[in-house]
Amino acid sequence: MLKEKAKVMNEQDMERALKRMSHEILERNRGLRDMILVGIQRRGVYLVNRLRDIFVGLESLKVPTGVLDITLYRDDLTLLHDQPVVHSTAIPEDVNARRILLVDDVLYTGRTIRAALDALMDLGRPSWVQLAVLIDRGHRELPIHPDYVGRSVPTSRSEVVEVRVKELDGTDEVVICEREGF
Amino acid sequence: MEWRHRHVLDLDSWDRSELQHILEQTRSMDELLDRPIKKVPALRGKLVVNLFFEPSTRTRVSFELAEKFLSADVVNWTASGSSTGKGETLRDTAWTLEAMGADAVVVRHGAVGAADYLARKMRKSVVFNGGDGAHAHPTQALLDLYTAWKRLGDLNGRKLAMIGDVLHSRVARSDIIAFSRMGVKVELSGPPTLMPRAPEAMGAIFRKDPHDAVRDADIIYLLRIQRERQEEGMFPSLDEYHQFFGADSRLMESASPDALVMHPGPINRRVEISSEVADGPQSMILGQVRSGVALRMALLFVCLGGVRQ
Repeated sequence: MLKEKAKVMNEQDMERALKRMSHEILERNRGLRDMILVGIQRRGVYLVNRLRDIFVGLESLKVPTGVLDITLYRDDLTLLHDQPVVHSTAIPEDVNARRILLVDDVLYTGRTIRAALDALMDLGRPSWVQLAVLIDRGHRELPIHPDYVGRSVPTSRSEVVEVRVKELDGTDEVVICEREGF
Repeated sequence: MEWRHRHVLDLDSWDRSELQHILEQTRSMDELLDRPIKKVPALRGKLVVNLFFEPSTRTRVSFELAEKFLSADVVNWTASGSSTGKGETLRDTAWTLEAMGADAVVVRHGAVGAADYLARKMRKSVVFNGGDGAHAHPTQALLDLYTAWKRLGDLNGRKLAMIGDVLHSRVARSDIIAFSRMGVKVELSGPPTLMPRAPEAMGAIFRKDPHDAVRDADIIYLLRIQRERQEEGMFPSLDEYHQFFGADSRLMESASPDALVMHPGPINRRVEISSEVADGPQSMILGQVRSGVALRMALLFVCLGGVRQ
């Protein structure tokens, strides 16, 4: 059972963080040329949609988006809940020689991103892969570092960070929960 | 969802939500087959043994491809030229395979209940039934279900016409269970000598005239006619079978032009199906083959993926 402990971001905080990240992405890449935004199933997918809309609003830039499912590439399936479910992977354009911005909700051990990189490399050879995450909660087990971070949140391992999005959860917020009986 | 079937022996105890889950997982695997690199590391380090006591091409090859695409280690064990020929019992074979570290065994056997027996003798390995006698062929039924679902969407309220040797067919038995559990109405046709005594008990209706069975059918499923049935006197001749029950352009005139034509293979041209129909636009036969690989990947991953504690 999870007990909610603290709210880290509300709807407005999330929007501001994503807007700032969008500016950083545009600045660093001097626009969005050759870029594909790729969301990691499942919440990364919704964050990609938010970023895509912000880019249109800011500079009327259209950028292709895709989704990546990494279930078949994981090395930590025991840690997940009972039956792993494979979702679709759909990247509409060839990833060869493109800049890929991987987007996920929470960066923790880095194992999800390791799996995502493997999955991505099986689809081709991107020229550059960057990583954007809404929350970096520390405790890395692999040498993986994000390029764009919404907020860094110090956590303990017994805590769980939940990013909630309107499309799935009915609300935009980030909360820290404590595993009871841990 | 929690997966409650350790082995895949038959579909008797599968409910609709479990069938639906496998259909959706198969769709994800099907997408993977379009990629330039089809191999994913999901079953790295797992050993799968394909144990075939009866000849089989598509089931064995399709399991083997599925295993390889998921990065499992694969061993093929055929009855001829192996220890079975030297008199080893199925139980000893099971224990031998387990001692070798098999995480899963795919078994095809002529005796009803062979897969179930093997499963009861195995302490750790997962058993997939690749066909046991006239009992069950669950992976064939699931791939047929997926092929139809992929084309038609929701199957509830659809109609399947199955024509041929239902009595001796494990494919028929498993398909009738799978389709009717998804809400499909099943009608059977064929020589009365090749029909089960009580089709109603299987949830199906018998139609003497195959033209009646295929009328309004969304799926026309043709079963393979084994030549030895004719030698046993179940029907007069292969030509006569074709004339009365074979799927040719005449029979297809009674069916909807959108009806899908399916067959588990290998096909007997000019017996249960004419070349015109087998190679025609309604034929799903090669689609079934592709579905077979995706479906077996889904099942292998659902039963073997991750580390079970």
